[in-house]
Amino acid sequence: MGEKLVLTGNYAVAYAAKLARVDIVAAYPITPQTTIVEKIAELIESGEMDAIMINVESEHSALAATFGAAVAGARVLTATSSHGLMYMHEYLHWTSRARIPVVLALVTRTLAPGWNIWSSHDDFYGQRDTGWILSFALDNQEVLDTTIQAFKISEDPRVYLPVLVALDAFILSHTSMPVELPDEKQVAEWLGPRRQGYVVDGRELLAIGNLTWPEDTEEMVMDLWRAMEESYNVIKEVDREYGKLFGRSYGGLIQCINCSDAKYLAVAMGAWSGDLMEAVNMLREEGYSIGVLRVRFYRPFPHRDIWEYARGVKGLIVYDRAISFGAWGQLYTDTVAGLYQYTTKLPIISNVIAGVGGVNVTAEEFYELTKNFIEKIEGGEEPPRITWYHRR
Amino acid sequence: MGKDKLVIEKPLYDRLPIAKPMVGVAGKTGLWRVEKPVVNNSKCTRCFLCEIYCPVNVIRVEPETGVEIDYDYCKGCGICADVCPVNAIEMKPE
Repeated sequence: MGEKLVLTGNYAVAYAAKLARVDIVAAYPITPQTTIVEKIAELIESGEMDAIMINVESEHSALAATFGAAVAGARVLTATSSHGLMYMHEYLHWTSRARIPVVLALVTRTLAPGWNIWSSHDDFYGQRDTGWILSFALDNQEVLDTTIQAFKISEDPRVYLPVLVALDAFILSHTSMPVELPDEKQVAEWLGPRRQGYVVDGRELLAIGNLTWPEDTEEMVMDLWRAMEESYNVIKEVDREYGKLFGRSYGGLIQCINCSDAKYLAVAMGAWSGDLMEAVNMLREEGYSIGVLRVRFYRPFPHRDIWEYARGVKGLIVYDRAISFGAWGQLYTDTVAGLYQYTTKLPIISNVIAGVGGVNVTAEEFYELTKNFIEKIEGGEEPPRITWYHRR
Repeated sequence: MGKDKLVIEKPLYDRLPIAKPMVGVAGKTGLWRVEKPVVNNSKCTRCFLCEIYCPVNVIRVEPETGVEIDYDYCKGCGICADVCPVNAIEMKPE
C-alpha cells in the first residue's frame, strides 16, 4: 500500500508528474491555467520535485517550449484547459507528426462565448484529429494512474506519440478524494529512462519539418496511423503491468460494468460515467439487463472492445457531453462507425446530448433516460436516434 | 535534470519528418557573400546564440576555442553579428 493523500484532480496530475520524474514543465501561468501547475511549482520550490518550470507568455508557447524540451531529450508535461488548448492546437499537430513523446493534462471546460468554467467535452473533441492519444479519467485516482501510464505509453518505441489525459473541470479538477500514490522508486524503475526516436541536442545536425514531397508526407502520416493502431496493444499492456505492480488497472481502453450478460449498453466518457454507473445499478436491481461501457481511451478508438460487448445486444444508448454541430455527438458517431467495422446489422443506437455547458446530470436522470430507452425498444418502438436532453 | 540517461531507440514505424542537412545543389555558397562575419574570440562568452541563429548551420561554438565559421558556405547574412550580445562578430566588406 502506497501513501494516501486527499487530492483534487489537479493535484493528482501534479503528483503524477512528480512520480514520473518529469524534467521540464512549460506552462502558461494565468487563466485558463489550473492549479495543476501551481502545485507543480510548489513541489519544485519545496525541493520535493526535481524539475524546471518554464513560465511562458501563451499556451501556444507553452506547448512549443514543451515540444522543444522533449525534442532535446527531456521528459515533459504541460497542462491547460479550454481556450488555452485551442491556442495550443497548432503545436499539438507538430508534436504528434514529429512523433515526440509528450504528456498533456487537460481540464475539460466549456468554450466561450457565454463565459463558462464548467465541464463540457468541446475542447477535448477539438483535438480529435491531431494524432494524439486521447484519454479521459473517471476519478482522481485514475487521473494520477493514467498520467503515470501516459508516460509509459508515449515513450514506447512502438508508439512515440503524445498523450492527452483529460479530467472534467470542477467535477474532478477541484473536488478532493483520497488518492493512493504508488512508490516513487518503483514508478521510476517501471518507467525507466526517457526514451525517444531521435534527439536534437546539437551533437548531430538534424532538422525537423523540412520541405517534404507529397509521397513522403503521406508515408509519414501512414506511419503515424500505424503507430496509433499499435498503441491499442501498448495501452492494454501498460494498464495490465500497472495493475500487477501497483494494484490498480482499468480494463485497458474501456471499462465495462455489468456488461457480460447485458442486452443493453449505456456508453459514456468522463466523470459523469460514475453517475451513469449508479443509474445502471438501480436498473439492474429492477431486473433490467444493462451494462455501462465507459470509454477510457477515445483515440485510438476502442471499437474492438466495444464490439466484444455490443455483439448481440438489442440497443446502445450513447451519452455525449458535446456535439458536432450539424451532425451528432462525437462518441456516438465513433460508436456507430466502429461497430459497422464488424457487422452490417447494427443494433439500435441512440444518442443523448446532455450536460453541455456543465449542466448537472444526476444518476436519477440517467436512470430515467436509460429506462425509457429500454422500455421503448421492449415495447416494439424505435427510440429517436438523437435527442437533446435539457430539463429546464 | 539528467536524472537518467536518455535512450534513443528507433521507432517501430520510423518514417519521420527529420532530415540531416547536406551540401546544397548550389555548391559553395560562400561565393555569394558581400560582407564577411569576422570573429573576435577574446570577446566571445560561448553563449551559442550565433550557432543557434545561423540559418545555414555553418557556425560551431567550441567551448575551448570559440566561434568557428565555415566560410565555404556562409552567405554573409549578418544574423550572427546581429544576435551576438557582446559584439564579438563584426561584418566586414569582402
